[in-house]
Amino acid sequence: MIESCLKTCWLRSLTILLFVVTTGLVCNFAQGQSSQLGAVQDAVVSSDLKAVKLYGAGGLGLDHYQSGFFVSAEGHILTVWSTVLDVSEIFAVASDGRRLKAQIVGIDPNLELAVLKADQPPPAFFSLDEAEVASVGDRILAVSNLFGIAAGNEMSSFQKGVVMTITDLKARRGNFQSVYQGPALIIDAMSNNPGAAGGALISLDGKLLGILGKELRDTSANIWINYALPVSQFKQSVQSIISGKTIARTTSIRKVADRPATLATLGVVLIPNILNKTPAYVDLVQPNSRAAKAGLQSDDLILFVNSQRVSSQSTLVEELSYLDRGDQVVLLVQRGAELREVVIRP
Amino acid sequence: MKRMLLTWNKEFYRILAITLLVTVSSALQFSNSIVAAEPPTVPSDVLDAQSQRVAVMRRAAAATVAVFGLDGGGGGSGVLISPDGYALTNYHVSSACGDHMRCGLDDGRMYDAVIVGVDAVGDVSLIKLLGRDDFPIAPMGDSSQVRVGQWCFSAGNPFGLASNRQPSVSLGLISGVNRYQYPAGTILEYADCIQTDAAVNPGNSGGPLFNMAGEVIGINGRCSFEKRGRINVGVGYAITINQIKSFLGMLQSGRLLDHATLGATVTTDESGRVVISNILSSSDAYRRGLRYGDEVVGFADREVNTTNTFKNILGTLPKDLRVPIQIRREGKPQTLLVRLAGVHTAKDLNKIVAMGLDGQPDEPKPKGKPGDPKPGEPKPGEPKPGEPTPKGPKLGENESNEAEKETSDKAPEVDPDTGKLLPGVPDKKLVESMLELRTGFSNYYFNRLKRGQIAEQLTSLGDLSTVSSMKLKGKLVGEATRVDILVNGEQMDITVGSRRSQYKGDISDIIAERRFGSLAAAVRAFKELLQVGPEKIGESIYLGKLPVYAGQSTQLKDQVWMDTIETLWYDSRVRFSWDDNSKQISLIEIFGDDGTDPAEVYLDRYKQFTVDQRSYTLPSRLRLQYGTEIAMVVDVEEIELGQSVVDAAKPASASGSPEKSPIEKPAEENPSVDSSEGKSDDGSTRNEGSKDDGKDENHD
Repeated sequence: MIESCLKTCWLRSLTILLFVVTTGLVCNFAQGQSSQLGAVQDAVVSSDLKAVKLYGAGGLGLDHYQSGFFVSAEGHILTVWSTVLDVSEIFAVASDGRRLKAQIVGIDPNLELAVLKADQPPPAFFSLDEAEVASVGDRILAVSNLFGIAAGNEMSSFQKGVVMTITDLKARRGNFQSVYQGPALIIDAMSNNPGAAGGALISLDGKLLGILGKELRDTSANIWINYALPVSQFKQSVQSIISGKTIARTTSIRKVADRPATLATLGVVLIPNILNKTPAYVDLVQPNSRAAKAGLQSDDLILFVNSQRVSSQSTLVEELSYLDRGDQVVLLVQRGAELREVVIRP
Repeated sequence: MKRMLLTWNKEFYRILAITLLVTVSSALQFSNSIVAAEPPTVPSDVLDAQSQRVAVMRRAAAATVAVFGLDGGGGGSGVLISPDGYALTNYHVSSACGDHMRCGLDDGRMYDAVIVGVDAVGDVSLIKLLGRDDFPIAPMGDSSQVRVGQWCFSAGNPFGLASNRQPSVSLGLISGVNRYQYPAGTILEYADCIQTDAAVNPGNSGGPLFNMAGEVIGINGRCSFEKRGRINVGVGYAITINQIKSFLGMLQSGRLLDHATLGATVTTDESGRVVISNILSSSDAYRRGLRYGDEVVGFADREVNTTNTFKNILGTLPKDLRVPIQIRREGKPQTLLVRLAGVHTAKDLNKIVAMGLDGQPDEPKPKGKPGDPKPGEPKPGEPKPGEPTPKGPKLGENESNEAEKETSDKAPEVDPDTGKLLPGVPDKKLVESMLELRTGFSNYYFNRLKRGQIAEQLTSLGDLSTVSSMKLKGKLVGEATRVDILVNGEQMDITVGSRRSQYKGDISDIIAERRFGSLAAAVRAFKELLQVGPEKIGESIYLGKLPVYAGQSTQLKDQVWMDTIETLWYDSRVRFSWDDNSKQISLIEIFGDDGTDPAEVYLDRYKQFTVDQRSYTLPSRLRLQYGTEIAMVVDVEEIELGQSVVDAAKPASASGSPEKSPIEKPAEENPSVDSSEGKSDDGSTRNEGSKDDGKDENHD
């Protein structure tokens, strides 16, 4: 009787011991998680507050969503400049689920970035001044709404990765149809997916390192490249767009010229204007016209006229109407992957 | 000229080889000297962390299963969750592999496996590996604790790589939680799922997603694919293990399971509140008081603040659960306990599963290349299940014979000395003995097995097989009012105070009356169950483990999961639920006509009753309830059984009745009971079977 009791006690204590050892091990592993891989949950929570899900134009095989993040307390949003933004009103869904209306403040065609402004202040924002510089080998997180997985107040998607190299995108010119030719952070996170462009690249402690670039494919190898533009490449441009906003001219104080310039006087025919936002693609250039002499070609996409952004054919026509027929017209056009300045002289 | 070129080439390569050799060896020397001069120092905590991780992953890999079809086709993953071989995988894996699977483990061995239960809507299947009772298992974690930014790893058989059976492991980050991925038709819905950038490729389907403690937090089954073809693009989805836990007790029943619907829809109103936008008047939700315009703030123990959250929660729940829904009406909060109906009719569900995933009858499938979208699947660009590529036709009857012939031509399957199957040869006989196909079931074998186990448990309450009538004497709880319930054959009497109600005939009419008669009907069902067991009371099926609302907390987490058997009983359906620990029936629900509340009778406070010197363990408290409204609670003080009741209460009807005779017989002698068991198993319809049994029990 006593013997069996002792046996039970012994077994019980053994069980308890085993239990303690097992839970200890499990706890150890759980704790080990932070030490071995780094705790990134704080970074995740803080950076998700700064992320936005953007919705705009799409259809016909083009996605109508992309990613962005707040860069000012006033609600400025940094994203990539794409067809998604070709609407008069862009919707920006903040991390708290608020559906904000946003408008383009300015774009940088060389970087293919756009700065928007939401009609309400953000929950949080990345300060470009506090951004950090990434080096090769650094661990990173890519924050985006790729595939449009998240909606409303749902969290953006987070992917892990490493900066594999920092190189000029120019190095692959001819294969990658990229307008941006400067240095890029090449990462191994699978960030190059629909909707991911404009997302934030952050360090494991939540510091901004860059912005996820537009989808880019090597045409010869059919390989998509995962990359981000480092903050140093766009900080100045973005800050000047933000500050320039206050001195931006409004259309109301501008006057239509007495002898306004028109597409016909320049000798330019655009593609049929069938949408509100038909892009200003050149269909053909009249031979021996001023435009032809300046070297404008068919299939050129007109982005700027005399430093004013051209978001559609109608804005081009409007901008031209402020110019006199005799004025010099400076166009910034995109031809293939290149940007070119075309000066149409009187 | 040609020869010269060749010679030159040879010479060239010889020179090249020598050059290379020299270069490599000098490079090695060079690097050796570096290593010797400056050995790399890795901090010991990093090395410790690494060895911990290696240990966790090794244990996790041991429980990871590579799932193949019998002919080596199909190809997915799974994870073992019990030492006797139960493993989880995807429905779209088990469907492609067939009911008899071959499973490889990390130890390099192949095992036979058989399908158990199927949740096609949730894309989950339970399978059972055979041949061992000490399989390595992976513990299940708590996926509600999973947060974005935590580390995780996937394990499985991507691209069918595990030809040596050893799983591939891939580290990743939790990219998102509470994700919703739309179903393909009405099945393969991923609600409230986990998103990860751990590599999830075709073939990983059905495999586990682990947290860094080596606990299963999800079952990988889906990826977002786009332009790159059917390979991982950093976005994989896993069904949460918590969702699977809700289904697990039912998956073991071998049934085709269904997901839940509320019978109402929700929408977001202009102020951002989630409100009921439509409700079926025939739904339980309507009967519990849910109305158009009610604001929903909580559902199944979780907070609701968007329609997406609501959809996510609902998508993870099985049919037949009773869950609380917290609403606000005119600012006043209230909680309703709602019984959830199924998304499909049993017939539709059966059809969907029988059709297979290509939208064609589940028969040989065409060969597919990776990257080829399959017919009936979402178009490229839309997320779709990470389906393994079938490598060969799925096994039908004819193919099975052919395959057998083929293998027997090539190599002997049986050891000529021992007569046993050689290692690595599928044991078709064994699997066939554990595989029973029947409408409404993925494998009826497991349903029958469970019912047999439950029938055994019932005998512990005391032998009532010879009892013909039962009388419970007691009073209303907290009152002096006497309550007597007598059941004798088809007769059901209940006397409350001085008022006596007598019932006979259709059970559904008694239930529809919503009066005390239901209590007598439940006592009759209880008596008949104890008398003849679950196999003969009517046509019974084992539903699995269902949560039972005990009457206090409406929270799902406070409900006890109980084994439940459903029986077609006369013109009604009866569910008996019992507690695993006490082995006592805790709830009898009688369902009458569709669209009416079932009568619920809770049986509580079991104690020893001594009747005619025999001891029985029977409930001393009965509570009758409709929905959450309690109709009456009775304390049972005395129980009378068999002929004594017949003699005392109804001498007239007892005279000339043959009921008395079997009671006088010894209990062991009851051959007619056995023979009627055979009869009801013969596939007679449920009603007929139960009526016959009823007669047996009365006139035996």
